[in-house]
Amino acid sequence: MAMAALRREGKRFALTSPNPINVLRSSLAPSEERMSLGVRGISTQIVRNRMKSVKNIQKITKAMKMVAASKLRAIQVRAENSRGLWQPFTALLGDTPSVDVKKNVIVTISSDKGLCGGINSTSVKISRAMRRLTSGPDKESTYVILGEKAKAQLIRDSRNFIELSITELQKNFLNYTQVSVLADEILKNVEYDALRVVFNKFQSVVSFLPTTATILSPEVVEREAEAGGKLGDLDAYEIEGGETKSEILQNLAEFQFSCVMFNAVLENACSEQGARMSAMDSSSRNAGEMLDRLTLTYNRTRQASITTELIEIISGASALEG
Amino acid sequence: MFRQATARLLSRSAAASPKARPFSTDLESAPAADQAFVDAWKKVAPNMDPPKTPLSFMKPRPPTPSSIPSKLIVNFSLPYASELSGKEVDMVIVPATTGQMGILPGHVPTIAELKPGLMTVHEGNDVQKYFVSSGFALVHANSFADIIAVEAVPVDRIDPTLVQKGLAEFTQKLNSASTELEKAEAQIGLDVHSALSSALSG
Repeated sequence: MAMAALRREGKRFALTSPNPINVLRSSLAPSEERMSLGVRGISTQIVRNRMKSVKNIQKITKAMKMVAASKLRAIQVRAENSRGLWQPFTALLGDTPSVDVKKNVIVTISSDKGLCGGINSTSVKISRAMRRLTSGPDKESTYVILGEKAKAQLIRDSRNFIELSITELQKNFLNYTQVSVLADEILKNVEYDALRVVFNKFQSVVSFLPTTATILSPEVVEREAEAGGKLGDLDAYEIEGGETKSEILQNLAEFQFSCVMFNAVLENACSEQGARMSAMDSSSRNAGEMLDRLTLTYNRTRQASITTELIEIISGASALEG
Repeated sequence: MFRQATARLLSRSAAASPKARPFSTDLESAPAADQAFVDAWKKVAPNMDPPKTPLSFMKPRPPTPSSIPSKLIVNFSLPYASELSGKEVDMVIVPATTGQMGILPGHVPTIAELKPGLMTVHEGNDVQKYFVSSGFALVHANSFADIIAVEAVPVDRIDPTLVQKGLAEFTQKLNSASTELEKAEAQIGLDVHSALSSALSG
């Protein structure tokens, strides 16, 4: 990345600046290049060019930070409002991440754009570990990927296990209708016993917790209810409406999936903006430090060239005098 | 001042060590299932922290009381807002697919699918009316009622002229529909609008 290259260049200057003799030698190096063109004296052009580009980068990253901060403000309100949506389902059906099923589908949510810190890599790492966790002799798990960044990472080694990938989710304003249509598509095209949604939950501007929410298919819900345990008292619930219990459970599972997806997508978008804010903040701070070091080098180079000129003049004058 | 700060730091570090996050609520029932997940995770990925699960972000619900409580606690949530959360009311009437269903404290645990219709929340003499599109109503044994709907508006914000226009439009669409899909869509529109008009009048 460009920032890494610049950081390396800055380190080179930082290493050469502490020792004054080395400064002259290093500043003579650019002048050697210029000597061949017939220009006398040590040139500060190179350092000045570097300073200009670092300053531009600092401006750009500061602007990106401001943009991310304003987007975060807008979306944080919506994410917090949507948090009440999945709680009733968890209150009813409990949370069973350790459920043992044959077909697992891991829905990984990531961002489309980069420069947002490590959240996408975290999601991908967790997804891969979930896949290892849920694979076994007669169990299998596949991926459904939302977002460009996770797709780029997962396609390298798990290309055969990706069922669906969806990108450009945030092109239009995120709303429940869009997410429910998406959830519908996923449910239509993918066979599943358990859906595990992996996303980054937004806890605060500097903290994003990787989270996984589990949604069971209606058959598995019935099986677990009969087996007892967390869902054991599901049978105590009377079913109103519909002909059969399985029909209601089917609708409930689909509704739960779309609600959980909506919250997950919003939380991930919040985490993306927050991570981008902190990444851009640290990079503009880095650029500022690099600029300070370059300024010191520039001043030293400039003073060295002035000193050299003075020495030449004075030695020339003293040679004339005799 | 420094003594207070160090005392606070010590207490925070002592409190933080048993729990993962200092401000997490205590989880009485959660660790059981999570523990199996955490163990399985440690076998597969020992160097990574296991991801959090939704149960750790939720306030735990109180257990079923032995006697019927006097008030019903209602959570009414929509995708964009939580209209009512933890509100104590006397009665809620929801439009289930089998008709209007009243929920009182001590109601038997129920899972009810909702159809578009009028929902009323009674608290003392105060009645709030909402028109809900479909959703689910879950009543738990501890007199908690969760109502999740896709869209809900207070009835006084519905425009009657638009409702009449919609009724006419969808009746006409139903008559001119050719494919099954169009017929189903027109029927749904007609159902919603007739529910709207009856909500406005009733």
